[in-house]
Amino acid sequence: MPEQVVTHQGSRETLSFYTVGVLFLIVVPLLNVLPAEDSWLHISDFRLNQFGKFLAFAILALGLDLIWGYCGVLSMGQGVFFGFGAYCMGMYLSLQIGKESVYGSELPDFMVWTQVKELPLFWYPFKSFIGGFLGAMLVPMLFATIFGFLAFRSRIKGVYFAIITQALAFAAWLVFNRNETRLGGTNGLTDFKQLLGFRLSDPSTQRGLYILTVLALAASYMLCRWIVASRAGNVLIAIRDSESRVTFSGYTPWMYKLFVFVVAAGLAGLAGMLYVPQVGIITPAQIGVLPSLEVVIWVAVGGRGTLIGAILGAVAVNYGRSVLTNYFPEAWPFILGGLFVVVVTMFPDGLMGMIRKLSERKKTPSPLIKAEGSTAA
Amino acid sequence: MRDGDLILNCENVIVDYDGFKALNNCNFSVHYNELRVVIGPNGAGKTTLLDVICGKTNPASGKVIFEKGINLVGKNAEDITKLGVGRKFQAPSIYGNLSVWQNLDLSVKRASKGVFPTLMGRSSPAERERIDETLETIGLSDYAYDRAGSLSHGQKQWLEIGMVILQDPSLLLVDEPVAGMSDKETEQTGRLLESLSEKHAIVVIEHDMDFVRQIARIVTVLAEGTVICEGTVEKVQADDHVREIYLGRAKVAH
Repeated sequence: MPEQVVTHQGSRETLSFYTVGVLFLIVVPLLNVLPAEDSWLHISDFRLNQFGKFLAFAILALGLDLIWGYCGVLSMGQGVFFGFGAYCMGMYLSLQIGKESVYGSELPDFMVWTQVKELPLFWYPFKSFIGGFLGAMLVPMLFATIFGFLAFRSRIKGVYFAIITQALAFAAWLVFNRNETRLGGTNGLTDFKQLLGFRLSDPSTQRGLYILTVLALAASYMLCRWIVASRAGNVLIAIRDSESRVTFSGYTPWMYKLFVFVVAAGLAGLAGMLYVPQVGIITPAQIGVLPSLEVVIWVAVGGRGTLIGAILGAVAVNYGRSVLTNYFPEAWPFILGGLFVVVVTMFPDGLMGMIRKLSERKKTPSPLIKAEGSTAA
Repeated sequence: MRDGDLILNCENVIVDYDGFKALNNCNFSVHYNELRVVIGPNGAGKTTLLDVICGKTNPASGKVIFEKGINLVGKNAEDITKLGVGRKFQAPSIYGNLSVWQNLDLSVKRASKGVFPTLMGRSSPAERERIDETLETIGLSDYAYDRAGSLSHGQKQWLEIGMVILQDPSLLLVDEPVAGMSDKETEQTGRLLESLSEKHAIVVIEHDMDFVRQIARIVTVLAEGTVICEGTVEKVQADDHVREIYLGRAKVAH
């Protein structure tokens, strides 16, 4: 039975999922805590924190992979949803600073220097963690619902959708940059002190956030896997392959696109929410056109249409950036652009495609596996 | 049986593309369980006729009455599909990155094709059996778990016919199924359509006159957006008007 073949592949994937999960969830934090600081096994607080950031980006990449890799709808505005999540959590963290702020005011510093005397009304829900958490999840999803409804219902597709989402990213960047938006303008939100009473400067808090990010990534991955393995997941691929056929099979493609766009926005919000306390700052520069495009590059490099690829791409490209910007800080944009061109023209299936090809080449000489496959089918 | 009744009746359908009338007062009807072939020169409006019936194109005027008095004009493609009209496109239109089985599974007629029921949906044993039967019918049982994109052109055409059958349509619209097929594949396709006409009414558009002779009982000739002749293959080929339209076209000569 073919289902057996599928579950066979599935179980291998599940196994590697648990292996990698245990590695990141348990081994990496232990290597941060246990070995002596000068040991080669030691993972510094800085590295751990950096990994946490990369894994948050991986959640963002998973969302884009759902909508672009599976459904074929290229969104160049995922940074906006990431920004909504990040800013919602950032607003909560800003209000947690309290009297510790530079000006000793209950209001965030930027409000003091921009002459805002009273907390704006829309900041009130973010006084509580629940408000910040719900905002970070629901604001992006709600916005995606409205934006997606208008775009997909009007059958905006392909390049047009990509351009519109890019325009959205630019518009969001402009809006967040303005002081009148009351979100800190160009400087954004920063100087956070504590989260639910835990000091953010404390390495153990950062370790906790790292572990939380690993768990959130695992949960996001499982959600995405469940979606793509369902019949609805097949509909997403079907829309990519032949949208008109989907319509003539009785499905309404725009509803599926909207659904997956909203899920992707929720994942982006989750990523943004985890990013902020680990990085300690969110500014409009992180949510505009360029950051949105970078997500596309991560997924393309990792291999779109494979969930592992999205995670791999996000971590690999960001790790590459952190290494290479040390040596050639000026050259990074060119390296990134060059990488994108090379991947798109020569390796359309990204890193995952290369891995698959290599493993297939290894497999072909073994007649045993082939025989197994044919009896299974 | 309802064999004598009309399943489809197009009345005075006009499709106007900026002054060019792709269909000009077209009247066309099909009975239950009939296998009808529509022929005609390029630009006669054959594909447009199918587009109007399945809701892809909106006519400027006219009615398309389906089964018991349902007017299909103005309804969208998804709703017309649900009412029981299946469309097989000219170029094979399948999901290349899914397996043959998944292609068929997505096409099975189900109570709801909304996002959440589809997200939760699992194929019932009855549905699996139907898919297996259909695989048998279209001769793709051995390829059930292959990527549909790796099939040959002819197999893709059969797969799409299978997908349309699983929607359980009472009317099947098939646009040039044998274009690009080998002689053997053409013959198999003919047998497939004939066996399907026992359960469904089928409208086939075709250019290949050998194929038309193989399957046709009644042929409708379309030219410049209207029906100019209808009858058996022999009658149609003997018709002066039809000869005039096809003058110089080799296919009528044999």
